[in-house]
Amino acid sequence: MKRVLSFLAMFRRERRPGDLVFAVAFLVVAVLAAAALPSQARFLGNKEFVSEPGFWPLIGVGMMLLFGGFHLMTTLNAPRLPGRLKEVLLWGRSLEYVAWFAVYVFAVPYLGYLPGTVVFAVVLSARLGFRSRLELGLAALFAVAVVLVFKTGLGVKLPGGAIYQYLPHSLRSTFMVNF
Amino acid sequence: MHVLLQALDLVLSWQVIAALLLGSIGGVIIGAIPGVGPAVAIAVLLPATFSLDPLVGLTLLLGIYGSSMYGGSLPAILINTPGTAVNALTTYDGYPMTQRGEALRALGLAYGASFFGAILSIVLLILLSPVLAKIAPMFGSREIFLAALLGITLVIVAHKGQVAAAGMLAGLGILLNSVGMEPVNFTMRFTFGLNWLTSGLDLIVVVLGLFAISQAFLLMVEPNASPKMDGIKGKMSSAICEVFRYKRVAATGGGFGVLMGMIPGVGEFTAQFFSYTAARRASKDPDLFGNGSPEGLVASESANNAVPAAALIPLLALGIPGEALTAMMLSVFYVHNVVPGPALFQGQLHFVYALYIALLLLNLIVIVFMLGSSNLLIRLIKVPTRFLGMGILILSFVGVYSLRNSSIDCLIAAGFGVFGLILKRLNLPIVPIILGMVLGSIMEVKLRASMAQINGPLDFVNRPISGLLATAIVVIVVVSAHSSIRERLQQKHEKQAPAEAQ
Repeated sequence: MKRVLSFLAMFRRERRPGDLVFAVAFLVVAVLAAAALPSQARFLGNKEFVSEPGFWPLIGVGMMLLFGGFHLMTTLNAPRLPGRLKEVLLWGRSLEYVAWFAVYVFAVPYLGYLPGTVVFAVVLSARLGFRSRLELGLAALFAVAVVLVFKTGLGVKLPGGAIYQYLPHSLRSTFMVNF
Repeated sequence: MHVLLQALDLVLSWQVIAALLLGSIGGVIIGAIPGVGPAVAIAVLLPATFSLDPLVGLTLLLGIYGSSMYGGSLPAILINTPGTAVNALTTYDGYPMTQRGEALRALGLAYGASFFGAILSIVLLILLSPVLAKIAPMFGSREIFLAALLGITLVIVAHKGQVAAAGMLAGLGILLNSVGMEPVNFTMRFTFGLNWLTSGLDLIVVVLGLFAISQAFLLMVEPNASPKMDGIKGKMSSAICEVFRYKRVAATGGGFGVLMGMIPGVGEFTAQFFSYTAARRASKDPDLFGNGSPEGLVASESANNAVPAAALIPLLALGIPGEALTAMMLSVFYVHNVVPGPALFQGQLHFVYALYIALLLLNLIVIVFMLGSSNLLIRLIKVPTRFLGMGILILSFVGVYSLRNSSIDCLIAAGFGVFGLILKRLNLPIVPIILGMVLGSIMEVKLRASMAQINGPLDFVNRPISGLLATAIVVIVVVSAHSSIRERLQQKHEKQAPAEAQ
C-alpha cells in the first residue's frame, strides 16, 4: 500500500533546490516580454482583435505572467530546501559544455566534419575523464561511425572543410562529399 | 480491402522494411540505455529523415517510439532504473520480482504485456479507421482550433501538481512560436531588430535543444555512472507466454492506453495510472501491488505500449499532436507536404493503413528480437553516462546543423539545452513548451481562418462537434479547478487537525 501511495506521489510536484531562483527569473523574463510587447508586436487596428499580429504573442506573454505568478506564489509557500547555491552552480557548469559545443560548431567548417568530429570526441572524452588509449580509441571510432552513417551513408548536409582544399585533387571532391 | 492491399504494397518495399528493422531494434537499444530515451533519439534523427520518403522516415521514427518502451523495461526490472520515463512504474513490481529471483519471469511478463497492449491498440485502430474517416471531414477550421485549444488545456491540467508550471511553459511555447516575421501582414514579432530571428525559431532546433542537448549536458555535469547487471538464464518464450494468464489485466491496460493515447496531452502516465488502479482493485492479492505483483507489471506495461498507436489518431485525423514525440513527427509530414488532417483520411487512407501495418510489423520484429537479446542488451547498455553525454552532443550537432547549415541555430539549440537542463533538474515539464509551439501555430492559423466564416462568438459553437469540444474545454477547466481547490482545502484541514488536537 505504501508503494502504491508513493506511486500516486509521482503525479505531484516535488520541490527541488533552486526552484525559487527559477520561478523569479521566469517571472522577470515574462515581465520584460510584457514590457517589450508594444514595440515587438503590432496591433494594426484594421481587423478583428484575434486576427491581429500581436494577438498570439499577447496570449503567450499573458499566460507566462499569469501562470508564472501562480508558480512563484506556490514556490514561495513551499518549505525552503537547502542546496540552492550548489544547484545554481551546477546549472552554471553546463556553460562549459556550451563553450565546447560552440568551439566544435565553429571549427567544423574549417577542419572538416570528419577531422573536426574525431578531434572533438577525443578531446571531450579526455576532459570527461576517459583518458586510457582504449577509451580515446573508442571515442574516435564513435566519431568515425557517426560521420560514416550520417554524412557518407544518409547524405545529410554537413559542411566539408576549408582544410580539404589542401588535399590532392583526386581526393578533394571525395572528402568534400563524403567526410 | 483494396485500400489494405495498397497499404501493404507501400509497406513491403525494402526501404520501409529496412527502416522498420533499424527503428525497432535501434529503439529497443535506445530505450534500454537509461539517460537516452526515444525523445532524444527521435530529435537527433528527425532532420536525417527529411531526405527520406515520408513513409520510410515516419516508419523509422515510429519504430523508435513504439519499441523503446520494450527496451526501457529491462533496466527498470533488473536494476530499478527505468530506461525511459514511462517505465518508472515498471520498477515498482519488476524490481522486487528480480530481488525474489524472478528476473526472467518479470522480463517475459513485461515484454508479453507490451506486445499484448500494442497489438490490441493497433487492431482497434484499424477497425476504427473507417469510422474516423467518416468523422474527420466534420472537422473544419473552428473544430480544429477548438481541438488544439482542448489539447493545450489538457496538457496544462494533466500536469497534476504542476499546473502553474505547465501553463507558464505552454505560454512560453506560444510566444516562441510567434517569434519572427508574421506570414499574413508581414510584421515582425519579438525579433528585436535581429536579422537571424526574422525566419523565427525552428521547432526542431528548440526540440533538439530541450530534449537532446539538455540530456547531453545533464549527463556530463553529473557524476559518472555505469549500470551493472547480471545476465539472464532461462527460456524467454515461456516467460512471455505467461502474460496470457493475465489477459484480462492486459486487455484492460491496453484499453486504457488506447483511450488515453487518443486524447491530446494525456498519454502514457495517465493510462498507466488508471490501468494500475483498476488492476489493483480487481486483484485477489492487492497488497502485493508495489512489492512484485505480476498483475501490476502487466497493467503498467500493457497500458504504456498501447499509447503510441493511439497517439497517431489525433495526429493523422486532425493534424494535432498529443505529446512531444508526435509533435516531432508532425514536422516530417510538413517537410514532405503531406498535411495530416481530415483530407489525409479521405484521400490517402492507404497511407494511414500503411503506418498501422508498419506498427504491427515493428511489434512483431521487437518481440522476436527480445526472445534472445536480453543478455546482448545487458552488455550494450553498460556505457558510462558521461561518455553517453559526449555521444549525444555529437549526434545533436548533426541534427541541428543539417537543418539550415547555421551555426546560429546550433548556439540557439545550446541555449535551449541549458534551459532544458534546468527544467529537468527542477523536475519541471518540457512537453508544454513543445506543444505550446506546435498547437500555438495551429490555433493561430485556424482561428484566423474561422473568423472569415463566423459573424459572432456563438457561431463558433453552433455545430455539433465544435459545441462538444467547447463544452469539453469548459468542463475540464471547471472540474480541474474544483478538484484542485478541494485538494488544497483537504490538505489545509489535515494540517490544522493535528494542531487543534495538541
